[in-house]
Amino acid sequence: MNAALRESLSPLRHPCGGLKVRVNGEACVLRCSGALWVPDRRTLVASDLHLEKGSAFAARGQMLPPYDSPATIAKLEAEIEALAPATVVLLGDSFHDSRAIERLDGADHARLERLAQGRTWVWLEGNHDFKALADALDRLTGEVVTTMAVGALTLIHEPQAEPAPGEVAGHLHPCAAVVAYARGVRRPAFVTDGRRLILPAFGAFTGGLDVRHAAFEGLFAGLPLVAVLGRDKVHAIGWDRLA
Amino acid sequence: MLPTLETGQPEPTLTTLPPLFADWFASRGWAPRRHQLEMVAAAEAGSHALLVAPTGGGKTLAGFLPSLIELAERGPKPEHGPGSGVHTLYLSPLKALTTDVERNLMTPIREIGLNIHVESRTGDTKQSKRARQREFPPDILLTTPEQLALFCAWEGARAYFADLKCVVLDEVHAIWSGKRGDLLNLGLGRLQRFAPDMRRVALSATVDDPDMIADWLRPTIDAPVTLVRGDPGAQPVVDVLISEGRVPWAGHTGVHAIPEVYEAIKRSGMSLIFVNTRWQSEFVFQRLWEINEENLPIALHHGSLAAEQRRKVEAAMARGDLRAVVCTSTLDLGIDWGDVDLVIQLAAPKGASRLVQRIGRANHRLDEPSRALMVPASRFEMLECQAAREAVAENAFDWEPIHTGTLDVLAQHVMGCACSEPFALDDLYAEIAGCGPYRGLTYETFEEVVDLVATGGYALRTYERFARIVRTKDGKWRVRNGQVAQRHRMNVGAIVSAGTLNIKVAHRRGGGTGAARWTAGRKVGEAEEWYFEQLTPGDTFVFAGQVWAYQGISGTDALVTHARDVDPKIPSWGGSKFPLGTSLAERVRDMIQDRDHWRVLPPDVQEWLELQENRSIIPTAGDMLVETFPRGSRHFLVAYPFEGRLAHSTLCMLLTRRLDRLGVGPLGFVVTDYSLAIWSIRPMDGLDLDALFEPDMLGDDLETWLEESFMMKRTFRNCALISGLIERRQPGAEKTGRQVTFSTDLIYDVLRRHQPDHLLLRTARADAAAGLLDVARLGALLTRIQGRIVHQPLERPSPFCVPVLVQIGRERVGGGAAEMILDEHAMEFSEEALIAEVMA
Repeated sequence: MNAALRESLSPLRHPCGGLKVRVNGEACVLRCSGALWVPDRRTLVASDLHLEKGSAFAARGQMLPPYDSPATIAKLEAEIEALAPATVVLLGDSFHDSRAIERLDGADHARLERLAQGRTWVWLEGNHDFKALADALDRLTGEVVTTMAVGALTLIHEPQAEPAPGEVAGHLHPCAAVVAYARGVRRPAFVTDGRRLILPAFGAFTGGLDVRHAAFEGLFAGLPLVAVLGRDKVHAIGWDRLA
Repeated sequence: MLPTLETGQPEPTLTTLPPLFADWFASRGWAPRRHQLEMVAAAEAGSHALLVAPTGGGKTLAGFLPSLIELAERGPKPEHGPGSGVHTLYLSPLKALTTDVERNLMTPIREIGLNIHVESRTGDTKQSKRARQREFPPDILLTTPEQLALFCAWEGARAYFADLKCVVLDEVHAIWSGKRGDLLNLGLGRLQRFAPDMRRVALSATVDDPDMIADWLRPTIDAPVTLVRGDPGAQPVVDVLISEGRVPWAGHTGVHAIPEVYEAIKRSGMSLIFVNTRWQSEFVFQRLWEINEENLPIALHHGSLAAEQRRKVEAAMARGDLRAVVCTSTLDLGIDWGDVDLVIQLAAPKGASRLVQRIGRANHRLDEPSRALMVPASRFEMLECQAAREAVAENAFDWEPIHTGTLDVLAQHVMGCACSEPFALDDLYAEIAGCGPYRGLTYETFEEVVDLVATGGYALRTYERFARIVRTKDGKWRVRNGQVAQRHRMNVGAIVSAGTLNIKVAHRRGGGTGAARWTAGRKVGEAEEWYFEQLTPGDTFVFAGQVWAYQGISGTDALVTHARDVDPKIPSWGGSKFPLGTSLAERVRDMIQDRDHWRVLPPDVQEWLELQENRSIIPTAGDMLVETFPRGSRHFLVAYPFEGRLAHSTLCMLLTRRLDRLGVGPLGFVVTDYSLAIWSIRPMDGLDLDALFEPDMLGDDLETWLEESFMMKRTFRNCALISGLIERRQPGAEKTGRQVTFSTDLIYDVLRRHQPDHLLLRTARADAAAGLLDVARLGALLTRIQGRIVHQPLERPSPFCVPVLVQIGRERVGGGAAEMILDEHAMEFSEEALIAEVMA
C-alpha cells in the first residue's frame, strides 16, 4: 500500500499491540500508548502525564484547550481496562506544576480516584510535581514514593548518570525522527539497551526531546533500540535509520 | 455588487496638471498619460479609485500624483497639532518594493523642488527611526500590511492617523483574496474610522474581473469606486521551445532543454528564467553553470536566499551587470530591476494570469512587445503551453473564486483593536461588517470570535480568570494588561511560514561531537525544516548555487560547510506548487478533442495523440475518460479529469475509501495535474463507474478523512497561530517552528475529540476545503462528469497514461505518509520500458 493511500484509509484502522522486550531479564511490553506493561507483575507504568499543562499555559495567556487532562486520563483508563493491572505506577511529573491539582476539574479528579480503586496505585515523585504531591496527599488515593522495585526493574523518575541495571525512568520525553522516501516523521519513542529503559511521555500535550540529544549520551552501553510509537503498532527502529 | 463607475474617454479639458507638475513632465520629455490624469480627476472628486493597468505604464506615479499635488499646494507642515500627521499611507505586499518606491518617488519630489517628507517603515527599520516616525510623522509613509496591523494595535493610533487623506495599495491583485488581504481590509476599516474622509486608491495588474477588487476596496457596500483602466501594452510575442524537435513523454522540470535555454540567453541582453519551485531553481541554476562555457553572469533569486544576497542580485540586475537570473515567484511582483528583454518559463506556467504577469517583467515599455519563451516539460504540458499562448493572445485571465473573510484573521484584528483602545461590541461589529470580506459576518459569529480572543472559546468555561481581554465598567472590552498587549504586537501578521532554519556556514571548534563540533558563521539563507530532516550529517546538497555538506542542526541553525561534491543530492519535489488553473484546464480539454487544433502542435505530440486515438479513446471535452488495465499482479484505473493536482489528490483519497469498501483492495494512487492513477489487488473494470464517482462522496467520507489528515493539522496550526491562540514569539525567546508544529498537532487531536465544532476547527476545515483540497473544484468536476464517464478497458497502458505511471516510480512521499515511512517500500516504474511497451 502506498503512503498516500495509507493516509486516506487510516481512520478505518484501530490501535492495538505492543513490542515485547526484556529489560534486565524482566519481560516488558512497550505499549502503543507509550506505557510499559510488566506482565509477570501485572504492573502498568506510565510516565510524565503532565496533567493540567493546558491550563498552565492559559494562565500565562496562551489559551490551549482545557481538554488535555481528560484526554490523558481517558488514555490511561483505556490501558487499565485492557490490561486490568494489579499495580499502576505513575512515573513522575504526573502534574505539570505545583498548583495543577487545584486546577484539576472535579470530574477528572473523581475519574482518577475511581481508576485507583481495587489496585495498588503509586505516585512516583518527579521534578515538576514533588511539591504538588506533597501538598495534596490528603486529596489523592495512593502512595507517594521516590523509587520502587518491580521484579528485576527499579522505577525512578530521572535516569541516573551511573550504569543502573534494570532502571526504568521517564523525564526526558524521548522522541525519534525516522527518515525514508525523502521525508521525516517524528514520534515519541521508548529507548532501551536491555539494561535500562526510558519511557516516552504519556500526557496529551507533552512535547519530546530527540533521542540523539546530548542528554541521552552516556546512558546506554552501546547503540540502544528505539521503539517508535506508530498509529497501530510500535516500530523497532535501528539507530542508523534515525535522522 | 455595486457597478463600478467606469470613466469614459479622456476629456482633456476636465483635468490639467498644476503648472509645476506639467512643467516637470515636459522637462522629462513626457506627457502625462490618460490614466494618470483620470486618477487626479478621481481624487479631485473625492472618490476612491482602482487603477487596473499592465506593468510599465507609470502606475505607481499615477497612484501618488494626487497626493503630491495636494501636498505641493498645502505649504509648510505644522510640527504639532492638526495637519502634522501622515497625509498618505502606501502599502505594498513586498518589503523590497517600499525601498524602490521611495527611490522612484523622490525623483519628481526633488526635481520639482517639493517640500514633501517621505519615509519607509518595515520590519527591518531601526527602532530609533520608528520612534522618530511616531513623534514626527512623515507626509508619506511607505510600509507593509503587517505594519498596518501593528499600527491598529498602537495605543493612540486614532490620534496618529487623524490627518490621513489617502491610502495607496500597490499590487492589490496579489493580496486581496487571501488572509493577508483580510487583515489589510480590516486595517483599512480601522483607518477609515480614524479619518472618515480618507480616500482608498488601489493599483492592480490586469485581472479577469476588476469589479471583485473594487467591491473589496469600497469602505461600505454603497461607496462608489472609480475604475480607471490603463492602456493595454503591445501584444507580447510568446514562443514555445521544442528541444531538438522532441517533447518528452513525462517530467516536470524542463531541464532537458537546458542547452537551448542557454543559447536563448546568449542571444538576448538580459533574461529572466522563471521556474515553479525554489529547489527547481537551484537545479536549473546548477545545470546552466555546468554548460556556461562563456562564463555569462547568470544569477539565482528565490525566497530562501538571505535578504542581502537577494538585494545584491537585484542591484546587479538594475545596473545591467547580469545576463540571466533564474528565479521563482519572488520576481513576479515589483517594479523595474533593469531591462529584461526575454522571459523564459521553464515547465508550464499553470495559469494564464501568472504567465502574463511574468511576461510583463520583460521590456517595461508599453509600446514594444515583450518576448517570452515557454519550455514544456512533457506532452500534456505542451498542450498547456499552447493553451497559455492562446489565452495570452486573447487576453483571457484565470478567474478567482469568491473569498469570504477568515475568522482567525478577524480574531487577531479584534485583539489588536483591544490593545489600541477599549471597544464597544456593537461599534466594532458595525465597523467590521462594513469591510469587504466580512460583509456576511453575523453578530453571533462575531461574538464567538471575541470569546475566542478572550478565553479560547471553549465550551468548558474554565479560563475566565485568565482572559486576555476583559470588560471595563462601562461595558467596553480592553486588553488585560500591557504584557498581553506586548505579546500580541510581537505576533502580528497573517503570513505563517513552515518552520524554517537559518542555513549558516560552520567553522570547526574542535572537541565535542555532532553539531557541537561547529560554531555558526555567516548566514547564507533559510529553508524549511523538513528539508533537513531528510539529510544526515555529511550529505551534500545545493543551495544558493553552491554545494554544501550538511553538518547538523544547532538550535534554529542548520550548519553547513563548503563541499566539492560533483553529485550532490537534489531533492526531487513533486512538480509545481501551483495547480493547473481553471481556464487553462478547460482550454487543454478542448484542444485534445479538436483534431484540427492538433496541427499547431509539434509532430511527435500529434503522433502521440493519434496513437492514443488508435489504442484507446480521445474523449470529447465534456466527457471524462477512464482507462482500466492489468499490469503484473496489479490492476490499474487511470482517469483524466484535468483539474489540477490538489483536486485530483482529494478525489483519489475519497475514491480509494470507496474502493476499499467495495473489496477491490486498493494499493496506492498517484496524481498529476492532468490525470490520476489508482492500483489495486482485484480488477476494477467491472465496477459501476458512475456510482464510484457519485458526488455524494463529498459528504461523510470527506469529513471523516479530513479529520485525520495531515493537511488539516497543518492548516489548524496556521489558524491557531494567526488567531493568537498560540504565539510564535514570546518576550525573550522565539519558539522554533518545530516546537510549534509538534504541540499544535497534539492540541488539534485533543480539541477535535472534545470540541469538534470549535471555531478554529471550523475555520481550519473551511481553509483546507478552499485551499489544499480544492473541494470546490472537485465538486464542480463531479457534477460535470455525471453520466459522462467513458470507460475503456485495455490490455496494456495507453499513451496518455505514461506520465502518471512514471510518476509512481518518482513519487516522493507526500506529507501524509508518516505511517508508511516506518515500514513500507515503493514501487518502481521505468520510463523507457513503459514507452517501449506503449509504442510496441
